[in-house]
Amino acid sequence: MDSKRRDFLKIAGLTAIAGIAAPSAFNSLLKGEAVASEHGAAAAGAHGAAAPTGKRWGMVIDVKKFTENPGLAEKCVSTCHTIHNVPDFGNKKDEIKWIWVDSFKHVFPDDSSQYKKPEALDSLPILTLCNHCDNPPCVRACPTQATFKSKDGVVGMDYHRCIGCRFCMAACPYGARSFNWRDPRGKDANGQPFIKAENPKFPTRMRGVVEKCNFCTERLAIGQIPACVEVAAQSKALVFGDLNDPNSEISQVLKTTFTIQRKPSAGTHPSLFYII
Amino acid sequence: MIEKALKGSTGYWVWMLFLLSIMGVGGLCYVQQFNYGLGITGMSRDVTWGVYISQFTFLVGVAAGGLMLVLPYYIHNYKAFGRIVILGEFMAIAAIAMCLMFIIADLGQPMRAMNVLLHPTPHSMLFWDMIVLNGYLVLNVLCGWVVLQSEYKGIKYPKWIKPFIYLSIPWAISIHTVTAFLYCGLPGRHFWLTAILAPRFLASAFAAGPALLMVIAMILKKTTKFDVGREAQDKLVTIIGYAAMLNFFFLGCEFFVAYYSQIPGHMHTLDYLFWGLGHGDEVFNNLVPFMRASVVMGLAGIALIFVSRAKQSDGLLVVSCLLIFIAFWIDKGLGLVLGGFVPNMMDQVTEYYPSVQELGITAAIWATGFFILSILYKVAISVKLEKEA
Repeated sequence: MDSKRRDFLKIAGLTAIAGIAAPSAFNSLLKGEAVASEHGAAAAGAHGAAAPTGKRWGMVIDVKKFTENPGLAEKCVSTCHTIHNVPDFGNKKDEIKWIWVDSFKHVFPDDSSQYKKPEALDSLPILTLCNHCDNPPCVRACPTQATFKSKDGVVGMDYHRCIGCRFCMAACPYGARSFNWRDPRGKDANGQPFIKAENPKFPTRMRGVVEKCNFCTERLAIGQIPACVEVAAQSKALVFGDLNDPNSEISQVLKTTFTIQRKPSAGTHPSLFYII
Repeated sequence: MIEKALKGSTGYWVWMLFLLSIMGVGGLCYVQQFNYGLGITGMSRDVTWGVYISQFTFLVGVAAGGLMLVLPYYIHNYKAFGRIVILGEFMAIAAIAMCLMFIIADLGQPMRAMNVLLHPTPHSMLFWDMIVLNGYLVLNVLCGWVVLQSEYKGIKYPKWIKPFIYLSIPWAISIHTVTAFLYCGLPGRHFWLTAILAPRFLASAFAAGPALLMVIAMILKKTTKFDVGREAQDKLVTIIGYAAMLNFFFLGCEFFVAYYSQIPGHMHTLDYLFWGLGHGDEVFNNLVPFMRASVVMGLAGIALIFVSRAKQSDGLLVVSCLLIFIAFWIDKGLGLVLGGFVPNMMDQVTEYYPSVQELGITAAIWATGFFILSILYKVAISVKLEKEA
């Protein structure tokens, strides 16, 4: 009797411990770092409710304003690529891009309302960049934490830790990531450097690592807004701000305007919102 | 025991020199890749994994295939596999070695590979893949070598090795399951996002691995006195045949879900692989001949392998095993990985063609695998024949 009872207690105790430990262990397996898990848990429970405290960056892209201001989107792209030393290899295979212009059907490939789509839609210039997801698949996939999610919502990259396995590129549902297939600091056959005019304030990358839009963390850190937003400031085509502050401009826009997000069914909860 | 690999016929040395020459050429290609970057391959921003990762994926299966010999022999005490089981374990060693080399060849920063250990990341499936692959390598080296050495000394293998042998059985399942998890856990890649991917991987592994083993066993039968035995051969036919059928059943399930549901994302890659994907004015179909050949060869192989047993024909057996092996190599070593990138995340199509250097490196890694395999088999067979003489 006694030994049976002791066995029972042992089993009961072990089960209790397993019961307590298993969900949290499973959670940490899924979400990884504590920060991501905080966002992720909130996202899963409350359909994308952001962390309650601190800054939480987001962006609204007003596509109409870009149509009204031809050339503006291209200017955003070139400014970003210049200040971030993004190389231009002159071919699609090696291409590196942080932010680019694409058509509606490519940015929103799931939206196939065959008959009611206005024809003009497919020719709209739509600015495309990293979505800085609340629940980023790239961060989940990275085997070295070289890509990571910060508390302020930015998905960052550590170019010195990246081993170049490109798992994050397979994982990103938005094609936002680029790989340095060759040396970005090099020159082409005519002796022209791939980085036309190097910005000494931002690091260049080396061959064999992945890179992408960093939401201009280097500018946010000194109180500036992202470069693309600054370029588009006059037209208000890009609204950038704190999603946690109910009085911020972006929160007001999101409250009053209908916006859409890319591939909502992927469950990534992007920080980018589009007004079409 | 290893000294057995240093004594051999002229044929053995010619074969080893042939492999070494391929390794040398591929080594030079790798020097080029190392200096220039992965841009020297055919991979691009849209197709970010190419033949390296697809070979890796296929070879994990070849390694896991060893399970089909270890399990009947050690768990069910199936004595007829007594001579062939060591070949299975040693093939797993060579296959895993190739897997690891393919991963290193694919890294943009191979010198940083150890970062995976320095910054262990349990939420990344690649981290787990590294653990299970290296673990399986160690288990097979340990089990294979200890058992063979005992045989060499003329004693029964020590008791302490048994738990490791038992552990290697679920471990074999784990290597291919985790490898499937690399792919099937990614949102947005519809072709990979299927719960049946791991079972499908295992089914093709249990056919392709033993099929390659059978071909090698038949070559050994011709060139040496080593014969795995008729009973083992016939049993392997059953295993290969049914595993191959199971693979086609799973493939059929994929087709049903895609084409009955008519969900575009689920159909696109299958369209691209088997019929050609119409996109704008263009049709993209560079893998269609391969994929169709894969299905035809696979089904023909299944039919012929049973005929070969009925007729007790070794020649037909080799042909059918080669058909099955090549069919599954195309299916997983080409279509599965490359297809997943078409169309890309923005519904655009970029096709992939490997470069010469890429193929050179790939050939060299295969040659290295066969080099390792030849040494291990030379040792194993010398010991076996010596003890039986």
